[in-house]
Amino acid sequence: MTALFDLLLTPLNYAFMVRGLLAALMVGAVCATVGTYVVLRGMAFFGDALAHAILPGVAIGYLVGGGARGPLFWWGLLAAVISAVGIGTISKKAKINEDTAIGIVFASMFALGIALISSVRNYTVDLAHFLFGDVLGVSNQDLLLIAVFSGLIILTILIFYKEFLVLSFDPLLAKTLRLPALTLEYLLLVLIAVTIVVSLQTVGVALMVAMLVTPSASAFLLTKRLPYMMLLGAGFASLSGVIGLYISFYTSIASGAAIVLTCTAFFILALLFRSTRNSLRARKLQTPHK
Amino acid sequence: MEFLKEIRKSTFPRQHIEHLEDTSILDISNLFVRFDSRLALDDVSFQLHHGERVAVVGPNGAGKSTLFKAIAGVLKPFSGEIKVYGHGPGGHICIAYLSQRSQVDWSFPVTVSDVVMMGRIGKLGLLRWPKHRDWEIVRQALVDVGLEELANRQIGELSGGQQQRMFIARALAQEAELMLMDEPLTGLDIGSQESIFTFLDDLQGRGVTVMVATHDLDLAARRFDRVMLLNQRMLGFGVPEQVFTPEQLMSAYGGHIHLVETDDQLLVVADTCCDEGENT
Repeated sequence: MTALFDLLLTPLNYAFMVRGLLAALMVGAVCATVGTYVVLRGMAFFGDALAHAILPGVAIGYLVGGGARGPLFWWGLLAAVISAVGIGTISKKAKINEDTAIGIVFASMFALGIALISSVRNYTVDLAHFLFGDVLGVSNQDLLLIAVFSGLIILTILIFYKEFLVLSFDPLLAKTLRLPALTLEYLLLVLIAVTIVVSLQTVGVALMVAMLVTPSASAFLLTKRLPYMMLLGAGFASLSGVIGLYISFYTSIASGAAIVLTCTAFFILALLFRSTRNSLRARKLQTPHK
Repeated sequence: MEFLKEIRKSTFPRQHIEHLEDTSILDISNLFVRFDSRLALDDVSFQLHHGERVAVVGPNGAGKSTLFKAIAGVLKPFSGEIKVYGHGPGGHICIAYLSQRSQVDWSFPVTVSDVVMMGRIGKLGLLRWPKHRDWEIVRQALVDVGLEELANRQIGELSGGQQQRMFIARALAQEAELMLMDEPLTGLDIGSQESIFTFLDDLQGRGVTVMVATHDLDLAARRFDRVMLLNQRMLGFGVPEQVFTPEQLMSAYGGHIHLVETDDQLLVVADTCCDEGENT
């Protein structure tokens, strides 16, 4: 018993671990809440693309700030919002398939980012942090930014909860009820963009989509109302963040990868749980006939 | 800056736009709708009377859904005029459009009463949560369509007929005065179809005007006040006996229909059934 406590408490002696855990908890909650919409509206590719598309912003932030975190965040945010609105506008105005619009914007922005970064010497190390996350490098200032923006995102979702629900379930109803459908649509895209930038440091660009999609998908399998799906998803994601960090602490697995793989483990468990529950129900329904 | 305009328009609690006296509930003149180069609706003009029940029939791709979406104000006509109680449809929240069931994501995590509550959201306005009165309206709407027992079920657990009744309840909660139902009878067994008609009769009693898109010529002829034959152009609109003549049916359906004339009746064999495939 004491051994287990030691196992759990030892990492907490390190300030960087405590900061990392706090970041993982907040990021998990906000990613899964926003991710609920990503899953229900089938926007996984959009989320993945957006994560990659902020690269030029981060690169400019890096060049401007000389490696300081602050500028990385704000420039990343700018790039994400521009990409999100750009994808929305291109697919609407040019009458191109949204899928194609995403592909174009995403690849162009990512290429622009690589072009910028490759102009700086010794970029490989920094690029690795950006691609795979560096949750143990989170500073107090980063934590503050994460907390403020996570709060704002959750608040916005609470305020527009019923509008986002109608828009996601039945866009035509949103229009016949004369809701500002287009504005809400863009607001949701911007929320996803902000979420990605806020969460970037925990899992990085390459694995970002997993945080948006996997915990919410696990929750989708087990719930039948949107608020519960959001809460359960947030629970899965935060727990995965914590477990992943512990795994990373005791083994030498990279933290981002450990977190994402834990999310996947939860998803598999949810899948197994649901199929067992369904087959049990089916059996219960059959018994009276015997 | 389309969305700034949108925000300005959606002021907080929304009211019905004023209904002008002495105007018909729906008045369409010379309506043209086109998708890129293709003409989806070609010079359609008609008027509806308050509280009547109209069936819109025509082959797949005839423009039935397009007509409904234009009336609901979610699709912009190329030219022509649509007036609902004397105003364009864009300001009204009394028009309900009920999608084809095949267009709905039935695995979406919402309960039956959640969906019916969506009808209230236009009236509530931004930044307001449903109040006791709204939940009471939702409950009453579910009682009216006989779904109160299933209020807390996830929507995917309902049968086809129940799903359709849920949407009728949502339109009731919306306090809709004009209901546009896209293929509500498709895929339902006879019993469920009959029960839908019970609720449609009830709606008529309340003075709700209903337009129903359907493939079923027989039901259209028997259960509706007037029928409209549509295939891009409006080929006929009136009482069934006048509209469903062999010539008109042939011109609407072309080779997709076979007419068998016996002594005193007309037998129609159509192969146009099935949902989907209908244009946006």
